[in-house]
Amino acid sequence: MTKKKKIIATASLAGCFGCHMSFLDIDERILNLIELVEFNKSPINDIKKFTKHCDIGIIEGGCCNDENVHVLKEFRKNCDILISLGECAIMGGLPAMRNGIPLKECLEEAYINGPTVKDVNPQKIIPFDPDIPKILNKVYPCHEIVKIDYFLPGCPPRADLIWNALYALVTGNELLIPYEVFKYD
Amino acid sequence: MSTFVKFIIDGKICLSEEGKQLIEAAKENDIYIPTLCNYPGIPPKGSCRICTVLINNRPATACTTKVTENMDIKTSTPELEDFRKAVIELLFSEGNHFCPSCERSGNCELQALAYKYRIAVSRFPYFFPERTIESWHPKLIKDHNRCILCKRCIRGIKNNEGKTIFAYGRRGQYLEINIDPETSKNISDELAEQAMNICPVGAILVKEKGFITPIGKRKYDYNIIGSEIENQ
Amino acid sequence: MGNTINAVIKKYNGDETRLMDILLDIQTELGYISDWTIEQISKALDIPAVEIIQTLSFYHFFHREPKGKYTIYLNDSVVSNFNGKDEVKKAFEEEAGIKFGQVTPDGLIGLFETSCIGMSDQEPAALINEQPFPSLTPEKAKKIIRMMKDGKSIEDIKGNKYGEGNNSHYLMRSLVNNNIQERGPVIFSDYTPGEAIKKIVKELSSTDIIEEIKKSYLRGRGGAGFPTGLKWEIARKAQGDIKYIFCNADEGEPGTFKDRVILTELPKLVFEGMVIAGYAVGAKYGILYLRNEYRYMRDYLEHVLQEMRDDGLLGKFIGGKKGFDFDIRIQCGAGAYVCGEESALIESAEGKRGEPRDRPPFPVESGYLNKPTVVNNVETFCTAVKIILYGSEWYNRMGTKESRGTKVLSVSGDCERPGIYEVEWGFSVNDILRKAGAKTHEILAVQVGGPSGSCISEKEFGRVLAYEDLATGGSLIIIGKKRNLIKDVVLNFQHFFMEESCGSCVPCRVLTVVYKKIIEKIVRGEGKSSDIENLQKWSVYMKNNRCGLGQTATNPTITAIKNFKYLFDESVKNNSESFNTSFNEDEAVKEYIEIFNKK
Repeated sequence: MTKKKKIIATASLAGCFGCHMSFLDIDERILNLIELVEFNKSPINDIKKFTKHCDIGIIEGGCCNDENVHVLKEFRKNCDILISLGECAIMGGLPAMRNGIPLKECLEEAYINGPTVKDVNPQKIIPFDPDIPKILNKVYPCHEIVKIDYFLPGCPPRADLIWNALYALVTGNELLIPYEVFKYD
Repeated sequence: MSTFVKFIIDGKICLSEEGKQLIEAAKENDIYIPTLCNYPGIPPKGSCRICTVLINNRPATACTTKVTENMDIKTSTPELEDFRKAVIELLFSEGNHFCPSCERSGNCELQALAYKYRIAVSRFPYFFPERTIESWHPKLIKDHNRCILCKRCIRGIKNNEGKTIFAYGRRGQYLEINIDPETSKNISDELAEQAMNICPVGAILVKEKGFITPIGKRKYDYNIIGSEIENQ
Repeated sequence: MGNTINAVIKKYNGDETRLMDILLDIQTELGYISDWTIEQISKALDIPAVEIIQTLSFYHFFHREPKGKYTIYLNDSVVSNFNGKDEVKKAFEEEAGIKFGQVTPDGLIGLFETSCIGMSDQEPAALINEQPFPSLTPEKAKKIIRMMKDGKSIEDIKGNKYGEGNNSHYLMRSLVNNNIQERGPVIFSDYTPGEAIKKIVKELSSTDIIEEIKKSYLRGRGGAGFPTGLKWEIARKAQGDIKYIFCNADEGEPGTFKDRVILTELPKLVFEGMVIAGYAVGAKYGILYLRNEYRYMRDYLEHVLQEMRDDGLLGKFIGGKKGFDFDIRIQCGAGAYVCGEESALIESAEGKRGEPRDRPPFPVESGYLNKPTVVNNVETFCTAVKIILYGSEWYNRMGTKESRGTKVLSVSGDCERPGIYEVEWGFSVNDILRKAGAKTHEILAVQVGGPSGSCISEKEFGRVLAYEDLATGGSLIIIGKKRNLIKDVVLNFQHFFMEESCGSCVPCRVLTVVYKKIIEKIVRGEGKSSDIENLQKWSVYMKNNRCGLGQTATNPTITAIKNFKYLFDESVKNNSESFNTSFNEDEAVKEYIEIFNKK
């Protein structure tokens, strides 16, 4: 009898998808991975909604708006283990550089005063609509909102780190982290 | 002539000049004791506490302790290692350390220590303090977001007339390092460079310098901090 | 203005080690220290402005901008809060038309809060232009503000109902009461100034004094309990042409006010003790480091010093003995609890930030201006005088084996008779509670030794006050069952340590903030049981800080958790570990929505 495959879900919140790209950088090892796991909700296979309970949820990006928060909480409910993947999920990352600046100033810079927008937004519109997510007062690391079980740093995390970590987690083998794959940039 | 003394670090018999800073004496004996605030050649302050070791089973900072005959030193018990990790995490929590966008990334001692200890996340809440970047100095940039308040610049850098350039301001969580606008006005390029280099992190930068070394060739890309001492 | 600055600097001979006095005097004259003033001082002393700011910005009573013609510092201590500080605060705000932290637009009144000002026996209290206003009520607060608006002087606002004893002295005229509830056989027994000096001049050598003090087993009364005789002996043997005697009157531990009362009623006893220490150690200079909160006593204390000089008890040829010279100056602080740590106190007296030094060297070897320096507590000096007068045998008959003699206690909080009690070491907490008129069945906890001490429960009220059991610098804050221990006590103390950390050591600087944040979270009902575990676990990191403040700064939390775990557990029991209750989505999007609502 073959062992039951572990089920993985992934999401990108306030991130740049770089962590997902790095995930794909495991190259041909993705074939090995597919032997070990099956993917549920994830941009990799474009499954939009959880169709079953998952073993592992991988989160890229921190939370900068209320939609991020909803997705993150949904992951916590549907996954046994949650992993914060990359600097943004772990500590807010570059989006959190706005945390020291009042939100109003950020929005005005982004939509009204910034050099790339000031000539193209004569009506000085800042988007606000019930259909678009509401921006949070600051960018939150994921573990400040729900419990996170593991953290994989990097911007993006090196493919070898992601592979080693997932392989160890799925197979129960010992996790090896060589010095050169453990980086914050 | 100086007298030599014999002392023991982690069971290893060591020799050094009497009265030498323990952290430097250990280095002479190929033993690395992690530190952030110590810098060879400038008076120690014992502010980061990372070099805390056990001397005859009592905690003390290796940078402010002078070696004496028969001193028995333990540098790495599980408690000490956990304490060092905690201090590094506290520094990451307290400031705004956005490594991916920092000029010093790869050459930063705080980051290098965090790599050494494989710190993936701080166990303490992140503060995201509101801090400023001083860009109005003629040669230097002072980024308070990254400053770990180790005092190296305060202790190690004076202007040509021997006057203070850097000094502490305020206290506690609002502690900061200020630059004197007068005494820093006419500093030489060499001194500006020295100030940048004495800073363990990217809090003091020389304008128009940064990201010079490509990723892969930076100091700590492949080499663990302290390995140059241990592998001699 | 320039003239004032130059005159002050001249008064101190342009000596940068007197920067504290220079700044204090200039602020007294000009109200605050502006950037322009800093520049002038910088030029006159020939030191960079950044160095002046380094000292100035360390102390919370120095202002760099106007803080009002009348500056009100309302005490934010635990007991002040017990006794209705919030209502007084509200009354000040309503009558002045501003919030705390602000100055009225006309620059007349500034409202601020401050850490414990040493008035826990008569709270709520405030300092107004350095004058203490104890036992405030909302009515009194309103009246004070109205009088300010009418342009009345501080003296007028104080009125003429001065406190008992020397508080009514014409140079003090303070509203403070002594509240001496029990006079013990050592400090508060009969005393004739100069008798001990006469005795040593006649019959004792410096080594005789040290021997006698050693035989008495006198230990430092500041809390650490270092043997006084040994300290004096090391200082006497230390190399140095000049030596100093410091009296530590930077009584900042919240809940402690004994030095206030001793300095008010027995200043000569304190100074005589310093003279004796000077004689024993071979020092000719003494400095009384007086906390800024007690600066209202300064003129009176200066007057007392002059009286002693006139009586031949200070100055040259003390007691008529050739070569016995000793004089004392008063150094005022400017608001920093950490200066109660002896090496920080020395740094401060040298005109610097009150940052504790690395040790060794210890102050007895290299202290003030790098000379051998003895630092002792107010009460220690007083005790030494009595030991010299009546002998160590007499002294050894009191107290316990490890703790001889008596201790002056500051008792405050939920009891009928707060105030000063001089008792023999070895009394139990229960004994003190009884004396103070606290009903045991109404008491939840007692904070022994201030925030850096421990918060004990009824189970431990049988423990005795002594170095070998409950060591204490002398304060007991009685906490009634009607109080919310975590909110009213633990949070206040953690806030205090966060405010008072000098910031030099990383664990103290950062963890004091972390602890305060987590306690706040628990008080809001958003804590998790893992938070409580972490609070207990992380306090070990504090042990590696440089000074006593840092090493004990999480004691309020961990001793409260140890003895009142059920209160903490109760407050987190409904919260999940998987979803952080502390993250509130509605709160987090509020700022965004408000930006558009305003448009």
